[in-house]
Amino acid sequence: MELILSLGIGILVGSGVWLLLRPRTYQVIIGLGLVSYAVNLFIFSMGRLVINKPPVTQAGAQVDPTMFADPIPQALVLTAIVIGFATTALFLVVLLASRGLTGTDHVDGKEPDR
Amino acid sequence: MNLSPEHFVIAPILIPFITGVLLLFLDDRARHVKAFVSVLSTVILLVISILLLCIVHTDNSANEDRIVVYLLGNWPPPFAINLVLDRLSSMMLVLTAMLALPSLIFSLGRWHKVGVHFHTLFLLLLMGLNGAFLTGDLFNLFVFFEVMLAASYGLVLHGSGLLQVKAGLHYIAINLVASLLFLIGVALIYSVTGTLNMADLAIRIPQINEANRTMLESGAAILSVAFLIKAGMWPLNFWLPTTYAAAPAPSAAIFAIMSKIGIYVLLRLSLLFFGSDPGFPESMGVQILLYGGLATIGFGTVGVLASQTPGRFAGFSVLISSGTLLASIGLVQTEVTAGALFYLASSTLAISALFMLIELIERGQNMAASVLAVTMEAFGYDDEETENEEIIGVAIPRTIAVLGTCFAACTILLAGLPPLSGFIAKFVILNALFSPGESGQMHIIPVTLWWFLALLIFSGLATLIAMSRSGIRTFWAPPVDTVLPRVLLIEIVPIAALLCMTLVLTIQAGPVMHFMEATANSLHAPQPYIEDVMKTPPQSLETTE
Repeated sequence: MELILSLGIGILVGSGVWLLLRPRTYQVIIGLGLVSYAVNLFIFSMGRLVINKPPVTQAGAQVDPTMFADPIPQALVLTAIVIGFATTALFLVVLLASRGLTGTDHVDGKEPDR
Repeated sequence: MNLSPEHFVIAPILIPFITGVLLLFLDDRARHVKAFVSVLSTVILLVISILLLCIVHTDNSANEDRIVVYLLGNWPPPFAINLVLDRLSSMMLVLTAMLALPSLIFSLGRWHKVGVHFHTLFLLLLMGLNGAFLTGDLFNLFVFFEVMLAASYGLVLHGSGLLQVKAGLHYIAINLVASLLFLIGVALIYSVTGTLNMADLAIRIPQINEANRTMLESGAAILSVAFLIKAGMWPLNFWLPTTYAAAPAPSAAIFAIMSKIGIYVLLRLSLLFFGSDPGFPESMGVQILLYGGLATIGFGTVGVLASQTPGRFAGFSVLISSGTLLASIGLVQTEVTAGALFYLASSTLAISALFMLIELIERGQNMAASVLAVTMEAFGYDDEETENEEIIGVAIPRTIAVLGTCFAACTILLAGLPPLSGFIAKFVILNALFSPGESGQMHIIPVTLWWFLALLIFSGLATLIAMSRSGIRTFWAPPVDTVLPRVLLIEIVPIAALLCMTLVLTIQAGPVMHFMEATANSLHAPQPYIEDVMKTPPQSLETTE
């Protein structure tokens, strides 16, 4: 499981960074999306990978911490997803405005001279 | 219910947030009401910030620290999020409010009309800034950073011209990547220490065993990259001059403090987390800060000399200021830090005033006035002198005289010439560098310090050259077709107010320096901070009812 997760994160980051460095705005936003998925998975994995352990304890009962998953990374991931979603949506608007104003989807707002 | 000073700590976050949201319900045609409400809330913000500063500073006689901890949800520390007010954060709060009020008043002249929801965005930016200065939790810092950045994206694009959208696109992409790095860093630190509370982290980090040390340090390094992008350290700063030059003037004026927030976090966290380690001043991270800061000063100096427009010039001045601060932090000496804090206040005020001033000057100017003389000759402008001859002897119009005086004051401040506070700041930093240590014996001055001295002086000279050139072309020998800029009183008063604040800094340099020294002392000895945060008891419900 650890191997699959780390490979998955690695492939997402690798493709994301490659796309980020491309000259078209659409590629940049897809790259940002991929890297942010990878980061979300990464934060999640920082709470250690466990199976069949709930993150929420029962009230009043005596709690054995080894029986539960760490809830904080899961809460952090939720926050990160929401913020990432909002900022990506905002970036999309700017991307469209740039396309409309400059007439090109190049990140510099003009086609490179050939 | 008694309202103890602890409850005021959250006010700098709540006031802009609530006002900003309420303003959304007003129609944009009710512009006067909106303007009145947002100016009123910023005034209240300024008053409360100064009040908080007084609570932290004058409540005690000696160098004893008073730290106010506000427990959100009344959980005992280190659980849940807490807000911490100490000298450094209260100083940054006051500085933010002091910049915010003039920028906001300046925007009333023209800028708040050119797009929708200017006031809401501006107030949310203030909320993000204040929150980031106050929070005592690493992840909460991320949230406030995002609030601040989201509002700043809106402010860069305000009035949406072609230039803004092009610069905004780069700015947003870079900051989104920086936020992702921030998250990776926070996650790595959490995975090793199991806590996100800054004071708790400071306790646990020295106890981390050797095996996990690498992971912790790489986490801290990745986290720092995110802050260095914000602070504008070379080579992470190519976005900064373009964005700041493209942003509308009141936005750029408040952005002057936004690049300082990266510096604030670096200063606080590096000393809190690793300052107790005796090998800290020689560690790699500190060396990177020092040499990166020196490279930034160099890059900013070259940029200042080469700038073709005043907007870009101001952007590069931000870099010089950031570089000086980063290099000063990288030296890890209490006296240097105190000088750096003074420099931070002085340079932020001056740069903010400069951004607004430039917009006023540019109104009446064709682009040629600030182009390099060499470039002008290349374009065949060199016979301009003869055409101008008949104008000689005409009195300088009053507007130009006022603008020129403010421009000269900005020059003196940024170049670090006496008598204004820019000189005092640089003098304090350099004096601390070259004065012998407490033991009184002479020590050998390392080469790095000579480099720092040379770069600091030379950057001042470059600023002086560039600003004199631009000033002469604008005020003394303007091109023939110049129209007099139409300047409203409401636009020149904020600039004058900012410059007056630096004058106050100059006259009151003694007490201010005393405060900065106390701040630097508590930063370099963070033990009381950690203890105060960890030992704050949750308020029992009986006493509050």
